Amino acid sequence: MMFWYLLAVFVLACFIGYFVVWDVTPALHAPLMSVSNAISGIVIIGALMGAAYAKTFEIETLSLAAVFLSAVNIFGGFAITQRMLGLFKKKDKK
Amino acid sequence: MTENYWLFLIYLVSVCLFILSIQGLSSPKTAQRGNWLGMAGMLLAVDGTLLALPGENHLWIFITLLLGGIVGIFTGLKVKMTALPQMVAAFNGVGGLASVFIGLAEVWRGPAQTIEVSIGIVIGGVAFAGSMVAYAKLQGLLKPNFGRFTYQNWFNGALSLVLLYFWYLFLLKPDNLSAYFLLGITFIWSVALTLPIGGADMPVIVSVLNACSGWAASGIGFSLGNMALIVTGAIVGASGTILAFVMTKAINRTLFEVLFKRLNDQSGTSTADKHFVRSGSPADAAFILENAAKVIIVPGYGMAVAQAQHILHTMASVLSQKYNVDVKFAIHPVAGRMPGHMNVLLAEANVSYDDVYELESINREFSTADCAYVIGANDITNPLARTDSQSPLYGMPVLDVGKAKTVFFVKRSLNAGYSGVDNPLFYADNTVMLYGDAKKVTEEIVQVLEQN
Repeated sequence: MMFWYLLAVFVLACFIGYFVVWDVTPALHAPLMSVSNAISGIVIIGALMGAAYAKTFEIETLSLAAVFLSAVNIFGGFAITQRMLGLFKKKDKK
Repeated sequence: MTENYWLFLIYLVSVCLFILSIQGLSSPKTAQRGNWLGMAGMLLAVDGTLLALPGENHLWIFITLLLGGIVGIFTGLKVKMTALPQMVAAFNGVGGLASVFIGLAEVWRGPAQTIEVSIGIVIGGVAFAGSMVAYAKLQGLLKPNFGRFTYQNWFNGALSLVLLYFWYLFLLKPDNLSAYFLLGITFIWSVALTLPIGGADMPVIVSVLNACSGWAASGIGFSLGNMALIVTGAIVGASGTILAFVMTKAINRTLFEVLFKRLNDQSGTSTADKHFVRSGSPADAAFILENAAKVIIVPGYGMAVAQAQHILHTMASVLSQKYNVDVKFAIHPVAGRMPGHMNVLLAEANVSYDDVYELESINREFSTADCAYVIGANDITNPLARTDSQSPLYGMPVLDVGKAKTVFFVKRSLNAGYSGVDNPLFYADNTVMLYGDAKKVTEEIVQVLEQN
């Protein structure tokens, strides 16, 4: 039962993504990539749960490695996006 | 995990913030606010999760989180904008690997949602291994055409069957060992598929890998029954897929062709002896440019390699301020090595985004332009894409630079571009070749412009 609800959520989310992304101006496609990269770091919540619920040392190590990697992804992605968007600030003309 | 209703609500808010953050990118005016919303969403989700963790002692979790954050911010702030594509590729890979680890931990833990977790592992593995190859190519560690051999498609086809077989084995008996085999063959498959890809096909593959890191997150979300992962993964997946679609349209190739059909490399064969080519000096170019009413600058990847964006901006502002020339920049979708790359490079060089135009909106204007200044670009201006149905470029949307009264090509030589196709514009009556390094030639033009 749960699976089917999740599937519905997934399909609807794809539609939302489709419409929102087509709205993005082509000039900002590079920041789109890096910001979507940053938010895909949301897998960190799975890694955090995994690390906290780990029953063996191996599972904990693996989950912590995932925490580290997604943290790199999140912080790095947002930092690059912030830098790029800073470049797109309105320039004083003439 | 859904018994925790307040945490579910927090995730719901985070996901909405993520959607708003991407929506903010519809205009440069709202983009920065969008990024802050994205950060707020992530902060909420992570803090909520940390508060909900069972037990007391989570010192190690905080330490790794902190370390990852430091490494991420450090690399994010240090990277040069020309190196952006490889950085994004590397981050995609890192995200994919994180999904793989979470998936593996699920398998180790015991009875997992077999199908869902295997999707997470395979797609995450593809994103990781493919991104490492893309990184090596973009960073110049591997040559663009490195890793091509005959019967490659047969080999890759066979490898795909092996992958499916190991996947089937994992579904039958989802234990650690079959997971390792599945992961191993996934890595090999992904490397084999991305290795031969290079040059102008790179933006497509970077987008596809971006999508993969999203779909992998969705797969993991299904196996953990977590709504936030599923929704965010779907949005990122949609984003990467759409970008890949936009890029394939811009080079008029399908994703299938990018993966399995290579453009033949006959580059290096100069045909200069067959045609008459007019070449000029920077001083000639400066004279024509300063007397023009309207100049359109067409930058390509070669401009980025030569780091000529700053001097190009200087040239544009001298022309518009001192000589009252109307200067515009024209950008082809695949001018850089990732979607939107050229826009970022010009923005970094202080070019106002009001002066930068995309292909569709500028193409009409070439016929009213006195000069087109093509710097480090070739294939994206090739008129054969419109006229010669035999050409590999046929059907690709190109910039109509030939319609300008005078066309300057700043290039090192007459060599063909990535596609290996000769550009007839080089031999056109209204074309003047400016041989040399993109940065040096532009610098010399600026010197002359400033003296007069």
